[in-house]
Amino acid sequence: MTETAPLAAHGAAITLTACAKTFADGTRALEPVDLAIAAGETVVLLGPSGCGKTTTLRIIAGLEAPDAGGVVRFDAEDVTAKPIEKRNVGMVFQSYALFPNMTVVENVAYGLRVRGVAKAERLARAAEVLEMMRIDALANRGIDQLSGGQRQRVALARALAVRPRAILLDEPLTALDAALREHLRAEIDALLRRLAITAIYVTHDQAEALALGDRIVVMRQGAIAQIGTPREIYFQPANDFVASFVGITNRLDGMVRNGSFEGAAGRVPVTGPDRAHATLAFRPEGARLCGVAESSLHFKVEQVHFQGARQRVLLSAGDGARITVEASPDLPLVAGDTVGVALDPSRLALV
Amino acid sequence: MRSHPLVFALQLLITLLAAAFLVVPAATSILAGLTVNYFQGVRSGLTLEWVAQVWGLYAPTIFRSIGLALGTLAVTLVIGVPAAWALVRKPGRMSRLVEEVVTLPVAIPGLALALALILTYGGVREFRASVLFILVGHVLYTLPFMLRSVMAVLAAVDVRTLEVGAASLGASPWQRFIQVVVPNARPGILAGALMVVTLSIGEFNLTWMLHTPLTQTLPVGLADSYASMRLEIASAYTLVFFIMIVPLLIAIQMLAGERKAKARKSRP
Repeated sequence: MTETAPLAAHGAAITLTACAKTFADGTRALEPVDLAIAAGETVVLLGPSGCGKTTTLRIIAGLEAPDAGGVVRFDAEDVTAKPIEKRNVGMVFQSYALFPNMTVVENVAYGLRVRGVAKAERLARAAEVLEMMRIDALANRGIDQLSGGQRQRVALARALAVRPRAILLDEPLTALDAALREHLRAEIDALLRRLAITAIYVTHDQAEALALGDRIVVMRQGAIAQIGTPREIYFQPANDFVASFVGITNRLDGMVRNGSFEGAAGRVPVTGPDRAHATLAFRPEGARLCGVAESSLHFKVEQVHFQGARQRVLLSAGDGARITVEASPDLPLVAGDTVGVALDPSRLALV
Repeated sequence: MRSHPLVFALQLLITLLAAAFLVVPAATSILAGLTVNYFQGVRSGLTLEWVAQVWGLYAPTIFRSIGLALGTLAVTLVIGVPAAWALVRKPGRMSRLVEEVVTLPVAIPGLALALALILTYGGVREFRASVLFILVGHVLYTLPFMLRSVMAVLAAVDVRTLEVGAASLGASPWQRFIQVVVPNARPGILAGALMVVTLSIGEFNLTWMLHTPLTQTLPVGLADSYASMRLEIASAYTLVFFIMIVPLLIAIQMLAGERKAKARKSRP
């Protein structure tokens, strides 16, 4: 724990109650939203652009006031009327927002400077944070001498140096290239976990959301579509939108009769009442290829993509529905074969 | 691509002719200010006497112009920088309208602007007779240059995000303005300041209408000397004007060059 000493845990629980946002021109950016975030939790707001995730973050930050009736609480304190500078939140932006007129260490020390900490002490404390993030070698560089990844690390250090009650990250990795994104994501994940700080992370990238979040809030058209752990979101999507937004989803249309889903490909036992129309949704990993005799779901092999460690197989059902499953690489498969598919009952959803 | 020697020679000739067209009259005028008798030409000898006479006659107008330029600069800084910040912060129809209205004095003939000022405030005698009256005119005329110059730089560094970043770290609006907005607007402020000083020193249209015999500025004094003095004195006066304005122009050029070089450097 000595390593995290300069930034000991101090996260606040954040509660939004009936927070809606209507802009001056009448656009409704956010329907009334209720959201409870536990102290120390990492919550990811996930959704396509215009879904209200950034507006939600801005309401938490204090950059946007919710419509009348909305309340934002940090622990028990009502902060709805407080501007951002009084909320003590750290923010990290897609565009870094580092001050070009200051060096790296001055940037990191800026929050302490506005709090009136003496120069020697604030620079020492900033240096400590830089060391903890292993970027102390950059301390005296100018901002324009840093790469994108370095800039975002400095931005993170700057936000954490003031020991905020929560850290808010607005698409922090979007401006970086893919390899760096993965690397920095792992670093941020490790850091947030080590510091046990309340973190709210906005992204449109489902892989980022699944990897980082303790919980994910999937948003759509200004409303929350589902809140759950990454596993819940992935394996038990609450509706079609969540299922299609997060990962590849296979869908089969049919009906439910006598505890069994019936579609063009065959039958699958399910739980639930009879329905005249039902869609069975499952992930590629929730399905397994098997012999025709072992399953009552039968498909025709359309395409086989060999990917080294596994092969990805595109299958079609009698009604033209297509699904994707993964198979071990040594299984001999040829387009035109008929195969059986066994579904893991814990990894499928009726929607 | 290498051009034909003949084409090159032609290009060079045209460039030199164009340059000569502009430079020769200036040089002639400067030379006239240094010759003993312009009508006899340089043969009559060179002298600094005319410059000395100009100094004796018009030194107050020179100092007045410098004071006026610095005063205009101070006012445009105090009004222009915060205004540019406000306009960049809240882009929208309202701020565009404000920007257009502020820019209007550049498009309106100086004479019309001066007449409007005289009609409105001419009745206040002390104000009408003081240099402040001219100062108001110069501020109206130069403010858009400061405003636009600062706005362009603030928009380029994305000052809105920088400000949100500073606010999230606990900075009050005043701290944000002094510690983040102003330092990052510096290139724009500097360029705007040189522009304002240069325009104010050279301004004639407005000032000619607004001045009184006791509040003559350098360009107005120039017109006065052209109308009533020997050609040599008027030319010597031009020389004095050149000495004042050319260093400012060079500074503007250097600043622009520095900014371009910096933009190149920061693009990896």
